[in-house]
Amino acid sequence: MPLNISTDKKFIIAGIMALVFVVVIVKLFLLQVIDPSYKLSASNNVLRYVTQYPARGLIYDRNGDLLVYNQAAYDLMVAPNQLSKFDSTDFCNILGITREFLEKGIKDAKRYSYYKPSIFLKQISAETYAVLQEKLFKFPGFYVQARTLRTYPRKTAGHLLGYVGEVDENIMKSKPYYQMGDYIGISGLEKSYEEELRGSKGVFIYLVDVHNRIKGSYADGRYDSTAVLGKDITSTLDADLQEYGERLMQNKIGSVVAIEPSTGEVLAMISSPTYDPELLVGRPRTTNYRTLQADTLNPLFNRAIMALYPPGSTFKIVNALIGLEEGVVAPTTKYSCDGGYRVGRGVGCHSHSSPLDLVHAIQASCNTYFCHVFRNILDNSAYKSIEVGFTKWKGHVESFGFGNKLNIDLPNELRGSVPTISFYDRYFRKGGWSSLTIISLSIGQGELGTTPLQMANMTAAIANRGYYLTPHVVKKVGNDTIVDSRFKIKHYTSVDSTWFNYLADGMDLAVNGAPGSGSTARIAAINGITVCGKTGTSQNPHGNDHSVFVAFAPKENPKIAIAVYVENAGFGATWAAPIASLMIEKYLKDTIAPNRIWLEQRMLDAVIIDRRAKKK
Amino acid sequence: MGWANIYAAVYSEEHSSIFDFTQRYGMQLVWIGAAVVLALLVMAMDSRFYFVFANFIYAAMIMLLVTALLFGTEVNGSRSWIQMGPIRIQPAEFAKFATALALAKLMSKYGFKIHQFKSIATIAFLVITPALLILLQNDTGSALVYSSFILVLYREGLTGWILVFMVFMVLLFILVLVYNIPVILMLLFALTLFLFVFISGRYRDAIRFGVGIIGIGVVIYGASEFFNLNLSWHYFLLLPLVVGIPIAIVYAFINRLRYIYLLVLFTLTGIFFSFSVDYVFHNILDTHHQKRINDLLGIESDPLGWGYNVNQSKIAIGSGGFWGKGYLKGTQTKFNFVPEQSTDFIFCTVGEEWGFVGTTVVVALFLMLLIRIIRVAERQRESFARIYGYGVASILFFHIAVNIGMTIGLFPVIGIPLPFFSYGGSSLWAFTVLLFILLKLDSTRLG
Repeated sequence: MPLNISTDKKFIIAGIMALVFVVVIVKLFLLQVIDPSYKLSASNNVLRYVTQYPARGLIYDRNGDLLVYNQAAYDLMVAPNQLSKFDSTDFCNILGITREFLEKGIKDAKRYSYYKPSIFLKQISAETYAVLQEKLFKFPGFYVQARTLRTYPRKTAGHLLGYVGEVDENIMKSKPYYQMGDYIGISGLEKSYEEELRGSKGVFIYLVDVHNRIKGSYADGRYDSTAVLGKDITSTLDADLQEYGERLMQNKIGSVVAIEPSTGEVLAMISSPTYDPELLVGRPRTTNYRTLQADTLNPLFNRAIMALYPPGSTFKIVNALIGLEEGVVAPTTKYSCDGGYRVGRGVGCHSHSSPLDLVHAIQASCNTYFCHVFRNILDNSAYKSIEVGFTKWKGHVESFGFGNKLNIDLPNELRGSVPTISFYDRYFRKGGWSSLTIISLSIGQGELGTTPLQMANMTAAIANRGYYLTPHVVKKVGNDTIVDSRFKIKHYTSVDSTWFNYLADGMDLAVNGAPGSGSTARIAAINGITVCGKTGTSQNPHGNDHSVFVAFAPKENPKIAIAVYVENAGFGATWAAPIASLMIEKYLKDTIAPNRIWLEQRMLDAVIIDRRAKKK
Repeated sequence: MGWANIYAAVYSEEHSSIFDFTQRYGMQLVWIGAAVVLALLVMAMDSRFYFVFANFIYAAMIMLLVTALLFGTEVNGSRSWIQMGPIRIQPAEFAKFATALALAKLMSKYGFKIHQFKSIATIAFLVITPALLILLQNDTGSALVYSSFILVLYREGLTGWILVFMVFMVLLFILVLVYNIPVILMLLFALTLFLFVFISGRYRDAIRFGVGIIGIGVVIYGASEFFNLNLSWHYFLLLPLVVGIPIAIVYAFINRLRYIYLLVLFTLTGIFFSFSVDYVFHNILDTHHQKRINDLLGIESDPLGWGYNVNQSKIAIGSGGFWGKGYLKGTQTKFNFVPEQSTDFIFCTVGEEWGFVGTTVVVALFLMLLIRIIRVAERQRESFARIYGYGVASILFFHIAVNIGMTIGLFPVIGIPLPFFSYGGSSLWAFTVLLFILLKLDSTRLG
């Protein structure tokens, strides 16, 4: 036997073996040292990040009554990579779902991610959870995550409180804090105080085995973080007043805003029709939201800060103050009225005694008087042109908070509108307009748009005799009493405070004047409280006039300033004044005097939602 | 003595990898104890015993295999276990050393000539019988082990071309699965022409022939397109061959070039093999085998379905990094992410806990063991002992290469254990017996 051949073969065989093993080692080197992806998969495999959801902060009213709290809810999660065969009939029965739903849910979850758990069924009830939990071990891949849902014990102030909803793709992209399935405040207080209310999430990292059983915490919890509870919020709202106002406004369209003049705190903010905030919680939210959205009366629309109305005659107060400040009218100035202002297009008036001075013109709401005042302001000989006069007027108007956002701590506030010179230059032509062409501004009509909040704010400024504080709806966040220093700044109007007393007198007379003296709002009078008010009847292109009333009380040291709008209801004195007056009485006296129960009943019974478009 | 050390080293490694499974660890200790007893027993026998009784042992094992097939217990879809009271054994594991013994005895007979047809037939019968029985037990992995005896045959005189041919066939097999048949046929044709040029140097004839064949194909293709015949691609590729082969044969006859017949035969075999691979793969192989092979070749993948094992195994090994996570600190293996981790996928534990350093050491130790065995085999005076030694080396090599290969995604998953590592009594005992018979034969070499 040729020896060297077999020796060769020996080396060839050993060589083949060595070659194969070298290939193995090279592959191992690639796998273990070079390629990092497997290390990553390994930690995905074995680490389970369990998010700790903090309870959202509660919301109280100014008297410490609970407005919003949390109720436990359970989300059923599914991790597709851990699924294995299970008794689907039993599963469906427990949850009350169909087979198709189950299959679709699993398919969707797989599409989202094989490894990351996603929500299979949202907010299962505590009862279902109890049944499910006992059998959960039979359904590998499914587990339950506890969540909290908002609950509203008083079912009031839906617009103001707002609601929470799940984050969408856009929010997740712009705010990385939020992840799939997280909740965020979408409107109202929930939105503007989102960061305070939500607290911050924590995460616990666990080691899990292949069956997803937790085997212990990772690195002794060194990388864990605990959730920080959301802060409780005390609102400035008076829940009793809010509820009462909502009842008075039932079956009417409109808005009521009540402010405490000395602080700017919003006591009540009603937008009617309103909705039960409970409707926008949990699983039925989407359907309910759609229903509400489809409602032609637009209940989701917060009229208090988003509806623009002409102020109507209530605006005469502002014009009077501007006239006094500009020195173009004195408290003693009298103008006679024979049923209208008859220059130019003219403005009609109702019958009342004549001539009247300023205070009594407010009392009787004389149109003619304020046409004179308005023209005096704009055509003031101290100014060279109407433009200068108009700019002066506009400046004064804006100092009352009109035409700009008041910066209340609620989202989506509208700024309203005060016309500009350029607007009129465009509308007519440059030099083609005069104080006469825009005379309707004198009585609060024309190109003016104000929100009910702005009107209430103006009333508060009068109650304060010259300044207002930015209206706000939150008193305390956690234990810190005042929220924002901006709510402590007094915004003085450009009208000297001495002039305001004349207006207060006028408004006093409008409510409390002797019978037959021409007072427009005697119905608003309350025994033992001096209510100062001003009616308004706001003409609008949408149908019957809006009924408007602004008031504050008591006359000295006012506690409440209020603005009421009832859409298409007619004269201010008929509907808005009684509602405002009843709310003042409720707030200051807590009960309605027996001799006014009939009025209260009449307001509660009134249905004024079918008067739209009657006029056209 | 030297390789007993290796054995010890490997041995202690096994402890570590298995340590975290208390129950199995305990059991394995019992089996290790039994294996030591078995080893002593093997050493106590007279070395002539193995030579004399080789055929008898072989026959007994075949009987056991048949018994397992008929009365065996089914575990994981394989009918390969014999239950005897509390003990279950897997005859397939023991059949390996029996076959190695029988083969050694046959081939060490005086005057045995490997290239005789009768010898090859006998060898084939000896090897294929147990392989077939095991295949029938549905244990493909263990059956494939028998193909490793080709190394023994090679050592004992089989021409090296057989090895080259096998490698070529394996390559062809992979290529047929990865690419489609037309491409393979063209490659085969090109290769044949290339070989012709390489051997004869008549490149002009080769070019003429090639251009002619391609021309015929192109003409048929053009005609098909032009007349809208929609002929199958078989025509463009096979018709030129039908024309080309007689020409080649005539050419060979005229020029008296005998090797051309071989080339033609080679091409035809290749074509036939390609078609049969395609057919066998899609029509005869089990779905799970198909998928495992597809997964490996990257044709299909499903890391959570049938690719789960390999994927998880790669994750476990890959997560070990260079130094590993430390003994008993492996998260992937500890929490059972890798299926079969104490048996077929035991290598994952090593990879994860000891890292690249650990795996390299283990692979190196195995290589040293194999080389050691080959050296032991080579120093035998008796061809029986030498042939047996090579049998041992081949079997171990196949097990190690395939097992580690499958855990790192180099080889399709077939269930065979890693020698001395994997949990399981039968395989441990079988490998112990396998090795210690060689040791015994070696120890009596001088005496």
